[in-house]
Amino acid sequence: MTPQLAIFFVLATLAVLGALSLIFQRHPIHSALSLIVVMIALAGLYLLMGAEFVAAVQIIVYGGAIMVLFVFVIMLLNAGAEERTNVSKLAGVAGIPLAVALLGFLAAAIARSNESAQAGLQSGALANTKEISMMLFKDFVYPFELTSFLILVAILGAIVLAQREKS
Amino acid sequence: MISFLTSFLAAHATIIVYLVKIALLLFIVLTVNAYLTWFERKVVAHMQSRWGPHRVGPHGLLQPLADGAKFLLKEDPTPAGVDKFTYFLAPLMALALALTSIAIIPFGPAPLHIFGQVIDLGIANLNIGILALFAITALSVYGVALAGWSSNSKYPLLGGLRSSAQMVSYELALTMSVVGVLLLAGSFNLRDIINAQAHHPERGILGWNIWPQILGFICFFVAAVAETNRVPFDLPEAESELVAGFHTEYASFKFAMFFIAEYTSMITVSCLCTIMFFGGWLSPFPASWTFTYYLPSVILIPFGLWVIWDGIRYETIFGRIILPGVGTAITAIGAVLILFPPVNEFIQGPFWLLAKIFIFLFVYVWMRGTLPRFRYDQLMSFGWKLLLPLSIANVVLTAGAILAWPMLKNWINP
Repeated sequence: MTPQLAIFFVLATLAVLGALSLIFQRHPIHSALSLIVVMIALAGLYLLMGAEFVAAVQIIVYGGAIMVLFVFVIMLLNAGAEERTNVSKLAGVAGIPLAVALLGFLAAAIARSNESAQAGLQSGALANTKEISMMLFKDFVYPFELTSFLILVAILGAIVLAQREKS
Repeated sequence: MISFLTSFLAAHATIIVYLVKIALLLFIVLTVNAYLTWFERKVVAHMQSRWGPHRVGPHGLLQPLADGAKFLLKEDPTPAGVDKFTYFLAPLMALALALTSIAIIPFGPAPLHIFGQVIDLGIANLNIGILALFAITALSVYGVALAGWSSNSKYPLLGGLRSSAQMVSYELALTMSVVGVLLLAGSFNLRDIINAQAHHPERGILGWNIWPQILGFICFFVAAVAETNRVPFDLPEAESELVAGFHTEYASFKFAMFFIAEYTSMITVSCLCTIMFFGGWLSPFPASWTFTYYLPSVILIPFGLWVIWDGIRYETIFGRIILPGVGTAITAIGAVLILFPPVNEFIQGPFWLLAKIFIFLFVYVWMRGTLPRFRYDQLMSFGWKLLLPLSIANVVLTAGAILAWPMLKNWINP
């Protein structure tokens, strides 16, 4: 087993355990902490694939900014531990088969993907910051700007909704 | 046995060098932290016409040791109703992240050659250096926020809330304000950023990033002080309203961990200011002024002699032994630098870097002695309405200037 593979399994185990803990923890803060563990483990996986920039941004944006807001809101509302209810019927009937189906589709898609896609997943493949910026701001500039616009609209929507009571 | 040892050392030389470097850096940083508290108390005391610590050891120099012993020996009660796991995790996280960030700082240009090993000054030389630092800063807010939440007490909760709101707000300005520097250097690597300021060695201080990036520096420094929760942005621990803020319920060594984390991040911010805006290890004098190479000796020898003189007239036996000893060591280092030019040459980079870091640490203490605390709404409107627009304007101005510069050159001499 190469060191890369060993590190991959450690990080993957950490991510899966974090995700399970996110669901099974009863207190929102503990769930949020588990989600941070998942984010950081994912960043480690990106780093393993040579995507340094994506890894750093993953931690800064998801691990830092977004999860801090989650924790902030949970603290502000002083949310207590959630109460357990029995599994709802819809989740039992529709949810579990759908989840299994999704897993199957993903596994099939990865197994059938061509070699060039798999080469990108090999460790040691370097994706440097310059190439990423070239892709974002040259090849895919319109989708990128449209996404930014979408986020801006969402922010404006939040402000409008929050201020409705004043008028 | 010995042959086994040498072969083991030879086979794992890189790892051993790294471990030794990490241990050494941790030792240095923690010692500097301890004496930073002494320095801060002394300087603030003199600003307020007091003496500061002067009972333990000569000039109170052993006060940090006494403080450390006190932190270790105090009773460490866990308050009732705390969330145990998070309560213990928070100080660990704060300290671990603060210490990790030091690993990315480079401390000198030339590598050291010992036992056939090439040893860089600094632990991790990352391509994404500055981004990795921001990633660590982004996570370090959890230490404070979780400490506030898990204590199950109202003042820490308010402190934790304030801290997370403040850090999220100022992180944007912090990140935007360095974009100008990154555009000038074309790299995230801290060594590349310093080398980009060394293109004109004959200009000395005029070649540093501080001149084209003065706006960026102001934004960066203000945002960084806010990120480290220091005066005038220390609302998370405002003692007049929140007792001690997020660490009210912490005692003994868990409190000390928050304390060390705060001082370590002060050091990191000073390093970053130096590296990104003040030329890192570059000398402020033009490269042709070789006589400035003797500056470390010129400072060290008189200082060492003064310490010896000061120790001899000191009233306690202990002071009479310790101070002259330290003074002799300092003078000897100064003499060695004059006698061995290669050593002197090697020491120039680290000397200037440490000198500049020291100046920034002094500025931190100076601000604490001078500035009153912000009000909370002032803090928020300052961050969002002034600092963030200014740092974005800096990005636009820098990018525009870099694009326009070649055209301007052609226009002046076609």
